[in-house]
Amino acid sequence: MKEKLEQLKEQLSAELGAAADPQALENLRVKYLGKKGSITDLLKGMKSLSNEEKKSFGQMVNSLKQQAAESISKRAEELKELEIKREIERMPEFDLTIPTKEDRGSYHPITLVQRECERIFTTMGFNVEDYPEVVTDYECFEAVNVPKNHPARDMQDTYYLENGELLKSQTSAAQNAILKKYGPQLREKGMPIRAIFPGRCFRNEATDATHENTFFQMEGVMVDKDISISNLIYFMKTMLSEVFQKDVKVRLRPGFFPFVEPGFELDISCLICGGETGCPSCNHSGWLELCPCGMIHPEVLKEGGIDPEEYTGFAFGLGLTRLAMMKYGIKDIRDLNSGSLKVMSQFTDDK
Amino acid sequence: MFLSMNWIKDFVNLSGLDEIKLINQFSLSTAEVENDIQFKGSDISGIVVAEIMSVEPHPESKKLHLLKVDAGEQELTDVVCGAPNVRVGMKTAFAKVGAKIGEIEITPRPLAGYMSHGMCCSEKEIGISDDHSGIMEITDDVKNGTDIKDIYAVDDIIFEVDNKSLTNRPDLWSHYGIAREFAAIAQRPLKELELDDLTVYGDLPKVDMKIEDPLCYRYSCLQFENISRSISPVDMRIRLFYCGMRAINFLADMTNYLMLEMGQPMHAFDSRKVENIRIKRFDKDFDFETLDGVERHIDTDTLMICNGDTPVAIAGIMGGLDSEIVDDTHTLTLESATFDAASIRKSTVRLSHRTDASMRYEKSLDPELTTAAIARFVFLLKKYDSGIKVVSSLTDEYAYHYPEVTLSFDKAYVDKYTGIEIDNDTIVSTLNRLGFTVSCNDDKFEVGVPSWRATKDVTIKADIIEEITRIYGYDNFEIHTADAPLFPTRPEPVKKDEDNVKDILVKHFNLHELHSYVWNYADELKELGIENIGEIKLMNASNPNIETIRKTMIPTQLCQVKSNLGWADEFGIFEVGRVVKGLDSENLCIEEKKLGITLYKKGSDVRGLYFKMKAIVETLVDELKHKDVQYSKAEPGFDFEHPVNLNNVIVDGEVIGRIGLIHPSVMKKLDKRACVVFAEIDMDKFAAVENASIHYEEPSKFPSIEIDLSFLTSRFAPVSKAIENAACELIKSVEVIDIYEAGDASSIAVRLTFSDNSRTLTREEVTAVSDGIVADLEKDGIMLKK
Repeated sequence: MKEKLEQLKEQLSAELGAAADPQALENLRVKYLGKKGSITDLLKGMKSLSNEEKKSFGQMVNSLKQQAAESISKRAEELKELEIKREIERMPEFDLTIPTKEDRGSYHPITLVQRECERIFTTMGFNVEDYPEVVTDYECFEAVNVPKNHPARDMQDTYYLENGELLKSQTSAAQNAILKKYGPQLREKGMPIRAIFPGRCFRNEATDATHENTFFQMEGVMVDKDISISNLIYFMKTMLSEVFQKDVKVRLRPGFFPFVEPGFELDISCLICGGETGCPSCNHSGWLELCPCGMIHPEVLKEGGIDPEEYTGFAFGLGLTRLAMMKYGIKDIRDLNSGSLKVMSQFTDDK
Repeated sequence: MFLSMNWIKDFVNLSGLDEIKLINQFSLSTAEVENDIQFKGSDISGIVVAEIMSVEPHPESKKLHLLKVDAGEQELTDVVCGAPNVRVGMKTAFAKVGAKIGEIEITPRPLAGYMSHGMCCSEKEIGISDDHSGIMEITDDVKNGTDIKDIYAVDDIIFEVDNKSLTNRPDLWSHYGIAREFAAIAQRPLKELELDDLTVYGDLPKVDMKIEDPLCYRYSCLQFENISRSISPVDMRIRLFYCGMRAINFLADMTNYLMLEMGQPMHAFDSRKVENIRIKRFDKDFDFETLDGVERHIDTDTLMICNGDTPVAIAGIMGGLDSEIVDDTHTLTLESATFDAASIRKSTVRLSHRTDASMRYEKSLDPELTTAAIARFVFLLKKYDSGIKVVSSLTDEYAYHYPEVTLSFDKAYVDKYTGIEIDNDTIVSTLNRLGFTVSCNDDKFEVGVPSWRATKDVTIKADIIEEITRIYGYDNFEIHTADAPLFPTRPEPVKKDEDNVKDILVKHFNLHELHSYVWNYADELKELGIENIGEIKLMNASNPNIETIRKTMIPTQLCQVKSNLGWADEFGIFEVGRVVKGLDSENLCIEEKKLGITLYKKGSDVRGLYFKMKAIVETLVDELKHKDVQYSKAEPGFDFEHPVNLNNVIVDGEVIGRIGLIHPSVMKKLDKRACVVFAEIDMDKFAAVENASIHYEEPSKFPSIEIDLSFLTSRFAPVSKAIENAACELIKSVEVIDIYEAGDASSIAVRLTFSDNSRTLTREEVTAVSDGIVADLEKDGIMLKK
């Protein structure tokens, strides 16, 4: 009997090694430990033994049974690990050079640039305004000190509508409304007027790669008790450095615009050559003309209900269309209004 | 406008200063200088005066001559020359061996078999005019061999100022005005102009002249005769040429020279043609031939200079052909006048004819200039042609004086405006250099504006700030932030919604934002068979195709869809833009801000696309307003709308927009094998919808029970009504899980989810509710599908 016991032990050990999957292992368990299994059978064959023998043999069989159960479950663990190992080995390496294509929407590039500017000014305490595209002669010209005979009023520059209104030719058309809206808070609560107004403007001119009859500007105004030219330069420099994500140099040149006095043309150091050497993109001058600005003309303040003896302010008009073209390298301004998805779908986002 | 540094230096001594640096400073302090500064004469050297001593025909060539010239050397030089005007005794400009003209260095070389040791030059070759008809003829008495640069001002620095940057500065349309700026920038004195004393002609007869129209502010004139000179001095011709004008003849050159020097346009008439000068407008239109030989239409608003009733010149624009100076003219009448700027500008627009004179008049010239210009003219005339004789007294009618401008302000005003400290002495000296009179007592300034700045340019004290600061230099400003109290910023509701709407449409629904124009393109609409819709038209559109302002954005988007066909089988576009609905009771435009969305998809699943649009609209309303959307059938307002499935979008009982399909007649032209769905939402109405906050409900900890019911119907509305009628609080959600469309056999399956937060529900109580709903619907003839 003892030999049989040893024999079974060896046999199990050999068969366990050969069991390569959970099913084979289960079969082994049934074969040795099941109700009719070989080890169970050993116990059945004990009837013929003496009580002494029964006791010692029974202990041996039970020990074997325990060993067998342990080695089977150990083997089961091994097989599980083996299976995971095999699964890892089965996993192929993917070819990441294969391009992906995910359907995505897109923003108009003007929206992207406009949002960036709005973000910068909002952090500096400016309110974002919204005004119409059709305005009156008063709003566009009279209220901002463009006298009756000023060339800017000429028919060839402004789109007039049959009812006498016009499509605004500059965002300064909103200055009067902004001054009137925030004037009371300025006077009563001492809240400085800080507002920007991004909007679409229209000029009656022939279009080509650099001229459009429809374009976007962003007007900015700040009015308070002691706003100075020095403040104006500071704000423009800070804001433009933020827009271009680098420390830009700014310079002011006298420029004539009826709504400001003094009025300036603001240049920034060339973004390509940094202004030191001059390059083709700045026409070798080292500077890029970027935005007209100035101290709000006393007449404009007055017309907006603000006493120019008590308050001063600055205003500027940033060309959003120009900024978008500079930022994304868009060469033909007409692409912006082309409605072409080939062009526009590329501007998925820019945060 | 081109400017000559030599000319400027006639009036201000700039010795020892870097002229290029000054020009750059001028750009920052006064007006924009274009980039390419020209160094005239820098590319030529070794050109001398030489006299032609002999001329022999070239044996081999009909055109060439063999010359011997005296170039100031011991021996005569042999030269082969092809110019037609060679003659013995003539002095010319001669490029010696070793001379440089641009890239070329003169070397001895054979011409048709004969050696030429140098080259006789035309004025064009030296770069001092565009005359290339023959070699230059030097009439001045100069020693042979003298370098041409020693006798003529060939070397010069020429820079260009952008005319647009001078629109408000009539005084800068002249070298003298520009020199005043250089004097202020360089802090050097400005020289007085040398003038003839016109009072000495006071006893001579006056010219018969009368201003008969208020558009003429001042008219001054003088007559003279006995002009012997016909060609201008070389230096004068060089300056005119460098400044972009052609030399014509001495008199014409003189008027141009005066205009470039002082900014005062002048005109010389043949005195026989202007015996009684009258300045006026006419009652009737007529045609008039100007001295360029062009017949021009003159209307009743155009101011004319007349001889009695015969027009002889268009005031401030151009003289007439008939009164031009001709060969037998011996007495001249010189005009120097000032006219109303706006009138001149409008006339040039109507005539489509802008001249150097009208460009200056448009800027509001200083009337004080007229007589000074005549005095300067006579001074120069006498200098270059000593025989001339003035034959009239100065005749001058000064009809309109601009008011004198005096401005007062104090130091505190300057400090506040500039934000920096500029001391009183700097303020006074800067203004003085620019011609302002200043008195300063106890930080109080009293400033008198010079006549040349007082015609429109400097009128308020803020203008004085500009004068001080621009010369002080903006680069020298110390910059600092403003001391302003902080307050929270509040975005405009419509602006905030607009930003969020764009994000949802792009990020959630993968739509593309496109921009378009505020007007319709009539031809593009026509191709789609859409009538051009819009109540308001542009009055002055250069292109009749774009004259109608759109009333809805959708036709524009249909055109955009058309232009993008083939880009993808399915895409959606949107724009937040403006339309004009019509006019209000005050005749003002009713402008609306709209969100237009158009979806396009190949194939025939129009219902699927429509429901995608429905989902988009409902998502926008739910995300931004946390509200439900209702719909009601809408009547087509435009011919591109499909009459079926056109629905109003309603939130809080207010119609905020509509969604619909495209009319089949348009779809056939757009794309026969695709579907298009549109929505147009009024952004202002959308923004006005109150934002309900998110409705939070604590989920039940007890199990829920789901019951699916399928009804034989094609409409969901009665089913949803019956569920609503059951008024059972245990129903937590109603979901449509299946729609089967098959005519009478159509069915809709719904799943009702029941739960309670405090207990586990029993199957019986739930079935009782659903049985009630089924019974309710059966009464209306809607049966449960077995």
